[in-house]
Amino acid sequence: MRISREKLHWLYEVMYRIRRFEETMLEQTFRGNAMGVTHPSDGQEAVPTGICAHLTEKDWIGSTHRGHGHCIAKGLDTKAMMAEIMGRYTGQCKGKGGSMHIADFSKGMLGANAIVGASVPLAVGAALTAKYRGNEDESIGVAFFGDGATSQGVVHESMNLAAIWKLPVIFACENNQYAEATPAWYAVSTDDISARADSYGIPGVQVDGMDVFAVYEAAGQAVERARAGDGPTLLELKTYRYHGHFHADDPKKYRKSDEEEEYAERDCLQHFEKVVTEQKAMTAEQLKQIRDEIEQEMQDAVDFALNSPMPPMEELYSDVYVEYSNSLVGLR
Amino acid sequence: MTTAEATPTKTVLSEPGVLVPGPGYDVPGMDVRYRDAFNQTLRDELNHDPDVFIMGEDISGGFDRDTLEPLDAWGGPFAATKGLVQDFGPERIRDAPISEAGFVGAAVGAALTGLRPVVDLMYFDFVTVAYDQLLSNAAKSRYMFGGQTKVPLTLFARSGGGTGHAAQHSESFYSMLAHIPGLKVVVPSDPYTVRGLLAAAIRDDDPVFLVNDKKLINMTGFCPEESFTIPLGKGRYLRHGSDITLVGMSYTSVVCKQAADQLAEEGIDAEVVDMLSLSPFDEDIIVESVMKTNRVVIVDEDTPRASMASEFAAVIADKAFDYLDAPVKRVTGPHTPVPYNKGLETAFMPQPEDVVGTVKTMLGV
Repeated sequence: MRISREKLHWLYEVMYRIRRFEETMLEQTFRGNAMGVTHPSDGQEAVPTGICAHLTEKDWIGSTHRGHGHCIAKGLDTKAMMAEIMGRYTGQCKGKGGSMHIADFSKGMLGANAIVGASVPLAVGAALTAKYRGNEDESIGVAFFGDGATSQGVVHESMNLAAIWKLPVIFACENNQYAEATPAWYAVSTDDISARADSYGIPGVQVDGMDVFAVYEAAGQAVERARAGDGPTLLELKTYRYHGHFHADDPKKYRKSDEEEEYAERDCLQHFEKVVTEQKAMTAEQLKQIRDEIEQEMQDAVDFALNSPMPPMEELYSDVYVEYSNSLVGLR
Repeated sequence: MTTAEATPTKTVLSEPGVLVPGPGYDVPGMDVRYRDAFNQTLRDELNHDPDVFIMGEDISGGFDRDTLEPLDAWGGPFAATKGLVQDFGPERIRDAPISEAGFVGAAVGAALTGLRPVVDLMYFDFVTVAYDQLLSNAAKSRYMFGGQTKVPLTLFARSGGGTGHAAQHSESFYSMLAHIPGLKVVVPSDPYTVRGLLAAAIRDDDPVFLVNDKKLINMTGFCPEESFTIPLGKGRYLRHGSDITLVGMSYTSVVCKQAADQLAEEGIDAEVVDMLSLSPFDEDIIVESVMKTNRVVIVDEDTPRASMASEFAAVIADKAFDYLDAPVKRVTGPHTPVPYNKGLETAFMPQPEDVVGTVKTMLGV
């Protein structure tokens, strides 16, 4: 596999941006600056990064409650994301969506979605639009979802629809092995989720989701297949979240420490650094420069968010409908 | 009826002095079946906008396995889409597997990315299978994403008892949809109103659910020849009267009209308000009528608790309390599922006689 230097730079920059965004976001959450619940995705950075490396703004992704990584990999602005999480008017959703509903339609991001599995048919619908318009070569759908969502009926319905209609869509199952506190070994009937693709007559590939090169390669094939009009692919990306289900969750209550240590040793950033420096594709100085720039970006994002205005009270009533003739004001 | 080219969006409803369009109304038209008016409107809108497509179970009636030609075996549920697949092809008249949550979700995704999907959900009861996609995605996307997007999605399904479809194919739970911020709900009551409301729903930029009571589908009535829209959120008078107001929605507007005709024979002059839209709904027309007649009966085939009838009653209590000469009365289905047995099913549904009886009790005659 050959990856251009520009793309290598992009992969590292995006993974590190996600890592530091989640750490910074958590720090701000614990300081009381986030206005609600947040679900960190650090540990899983290689998955959205390796997949979105093949996408453009014309491609659409559906996301989950643990969506910050997907947003960043799809090119969303981290200042506006931090502002959204802090409930500010300058956020992508004017502070009305929050961490679990960050969206940017100008970037092909259909929104983080807090109903497990519910965004999967949205990505199928985006792929249907592409097929309807005959531009599937330049606009595909990617549905990100977790191992928990594989137990949702609508996810299976979506895979069947995409398979029978041969839609340009990728089902990206981020198997971080825990649905909230419930382990996949208990809740999922197989230890090979990718094998379920067989039952829909589509390719299924199990991928080391801690290795961005492996994700990049598998996603490349799936994207190529979708753009060629050959239909959907199910990717199962085995990964691990470093933090709990949500910001205040202590995963040590349901995960063994040796398991956590094993994944820490396979950290996607450390793996990347080791490979590119050993192969002399990037220097330690180049990597450090990227990290330093991201550090500054995070500081700027926090400053921007903290200095941003709150949404005006009229925002309570705006954006419910394009047009509606009854009052939306609550009865008092 | 004409198709496409002109498609003026004329608001026929606001013509002064027009109560019920029909013979004598000065636009070209004819008596047509409700189902044909529905089918013609779909045809008009498919011609009007290439981004409009229809999706649902059996709407193109299967495919020949050898030629892959669509068969249009049924013309779609209740013949709503009959003949469309021949003219518009299977990409635009898209047969879906029995996956209501999946294809409603896909329709929302298509709407979010620029198309104008129209979904046939077959029976109204199947709403609940897709309810999460309706509530959490279709209705909330615009708001929770801060107005970045719109969801120009239309859904329709068949409601109501009276056809022996029993408990799981006869629901009228309008309030379960009207309760959802972000979703609009319309309930036409004849060929004329289904034509105007369906066209308006498809052209609207918000998600709209159109409910067809099964008892209306084979009814015949006047319909203008040319394409038109009826504004969402507006009711109409089916009859003017001075003694009491009867408020109907969907098929119960027909029930109210029949009750008013019976009452007229006994010298009681009832006014009939046909709501046409349930979200948004026409508060003004209800209040205006009650202020004139001082008495009101709301007729709703839905079960009584937390129903549209309850909602309208609350609005009247709030905005026309001082004008009431009698308590607001509701005539509704019972708090039960819809039974299969013909006698029980008939007893479930509000009948003109039930409305007449309630009115007479209120008037003490």
